[in-house]
Amino acid sequence: MHSGARIGFFLLLTPLVLWLALLIVIPHIDMFLVSMRERVGVRQYETSFANYLTFFTEPLYIRTFVRTAVMSVLATIITLLIAFPVSLYIAKIVRGRLQQVLFVLCLIPFYVSELVRTFGWMILLRETGLVSNLLQWTGLADQPVEMLYNDAAIMIGLVYTSMLFMVVPLVTTLESLDDSVIEAGYDLGGNGFSVLREIIIPHAAPGIVSGSIVVFMLSLGNYLTPTMLGGKDSLWFTEMIYNQFIVRFNWELGAAFGFMLLILSSVIVWSMLKLTRQSLEETMA
Amino acid sequence: MKKQTVMLTAVSLAVAGFVSAANAETLRLLTWGGYAPEDVIELFEAETGYTVEVTKSNNEEMIAKLRATGGGGFDLAQPSQDRITGPQLEFGIYKPIDMSKIDKGQFIQSMLEATMGNTTVEGEVYGVPHVWGTSGLVMNTAMAADTVKDYTDLCDPAVAGKVSYRLKRPTLIGFAFAMGMDPFAAYGDADAYSEMMSKVEAKLIDCKANVKTYWGGGDELMGLVRSGEVVASMAWDTGGWKLNADNPDITFVAPASGALGWIDTFVLPAKGQADDAAYAWINFVMRPEIAARITAAAGNFTASQGADAFAEDALKARYQASFPPEAVDNIKWYPPVPAGLEAIEGGVLDRVKAAQ
Repeated sequence: MHSGARIGFFLLLTPLVLWLALLIVIPHIDMFLVSMRERVGVRQYETSFANYLTFFTEPLYIRTFVRTAVMSVLATIITLLIAFPVSLYIAKIVRGRLQQVLFVLCLIPFYVSELVRTFGWMILLRETGLVSNLLQWTGLADQPVEMLYNDAAIMIGLVYTSMLFMVVPLVTTLESLDDSVIEAGYDLGGNGFSVLREIIIPHAAPGIVSGSIVVFMLSLGNYLTPTMLGGKDSLWFTEMIYNQFIVRFNWELGAAFGFMLLILSSVIVWSMLKLTRQSLEETMA
Repeated sequence: MKKQTVMLTAVSLAVAGFVSAANAETLRLLTWGGYAPEDVIELFEAETGYTVEVTKSNNEEMIAKLRATGGGGFDLAQPSQDRITGPQLEFGIYKPIDMSKIDKGQFIQSMLEATMGNTTVEGEVYGVPHVWGTSGLVMNTAMAADTVKDYTDLCDPAVAGKVSYRLKRPTLIGFAFAMGMDPFAAYGDADAYSEMMSKVEAKLIDCKANVKTYWGGGDELMGLVRSGEVVASMAWDTGGWKLNADNPDITFVAPASGALGWIDTFVLPAKGQADDAAYAWINFVMRPEIAARITAAAGNFTASQGADAFAEDALKARYQASFPPEAVDNIKWYPPVPAGLEAIEGGVLDRVKAAQ
């Protein structure tokens, strides 16, 4: 009986260990080793920090790195600002069937792939696209307007892509908030703003933080949206990694970039948790 | 228990499926879109009994894929002739071609010899030519022909916001020629090449405000030109000819400084497992009537001797309109890219992309 339980434990542990080791730990070790190689000649490599040095001495790479981080944080904040009222409405204001319908409506865009969704935005925003034609038809613009290929287009794409990943955790945490607590807040003389600040937001904090982490990671690691919607000014760090690996055949620098991205995202998520005084256990629970 | 048996059977069947997909009867072809049309594959499979699996790609991805596996996963690949010696020296991803198994008589001799010469490493030949073409300017002649005669004219204020090009190495090379320099002559001298590229970099940064977007894929460019959002672009000849069929104003124009000529080849990946099938495919598609089918699908001419006779008249007419005899003589054929040159170009391209 006892040994049977132990076998069961190891059997259940095996997929997890295999998953972690084969798909996460070993590839990262390999990646780290590649990033420590420096090409000194044809088929000649030396161990050195040269690739990391290149990253820190070339202002372009640092700029792209910082830009990607700032844009991702901004996308996370905008997503939160849009998703919070939506979630509050779904979780607390509508009831019954309509609640489910609204929730499914948030989900529907994710039935198609990200590529198709991004193409959809391109059709809407391009110079000969729907929005431009509509503006001309209503007389608000007297010539075609180009709304694609700029940072605003990237931002729209990122927020749209990650909306669902903010709405789901928010709705879940908000639903667990007892209505009587909100009523008690009003009974004790609170107004809409103070109830939101003192009761709803503190209760929703774990949902806000976990949603923000997911949205931030998705934006930071997004390749498709910035490349397709950003055009000639799309500078995104994942694109640089792709370029180093595929176009330049420079795996060594690409691997170093990959590691820098890993460090960056870990640091930002860690400081986000510290700042909001949330722990990872609470957030993921 | 019964469930387990079913599972086991399913797994072993799946494994068997993977194994049989890689046996010697299958030719795994890594190629460009249009180079292996369905009808040609059917004819080949019916005649030889081999099965053909096609993966579509481009130069950089082909080399990256083969590098990742050390030259495995595919039995035949089709990179351009200038991208063979460099990657071979650096990564060793190809194996030599046994010329005795190739039916040399089917090739245009001058092209075969030039490609063999350009793909020779340590006395071994690594590539034979297949499809060739050029890159130059695709434009709406009604709207841009007066302004745009050469690559650098894409920076003219008259076409501001209505031009496009790729942010890739052909653009750097094309601009260098249009600016009166000869980048191919500087291939062997890294310092001279860097200096030349920094001039091109300044020009491209200067030109950036004029560009609508840097196109990435052929379909994206087609959309931009067809909708009229872009009136002139640096692109492949076939792109212009395809659009010409829809809109007679749009066509391919060889730039004043010369179109850039490329030849896509056949190479054998180092760990290819179906060399016989690969040789059979090469000899099959170089037959004039088969080569003409590939020309019809890809829009480019092949190195097959006598295939011109089978080509469509419309395509021939477009070719002759784009290439008067002096423009053919002016084509700049890419010489082999020395290993390490990409790093210089990569830095330039990154800085252009980042410039405001």
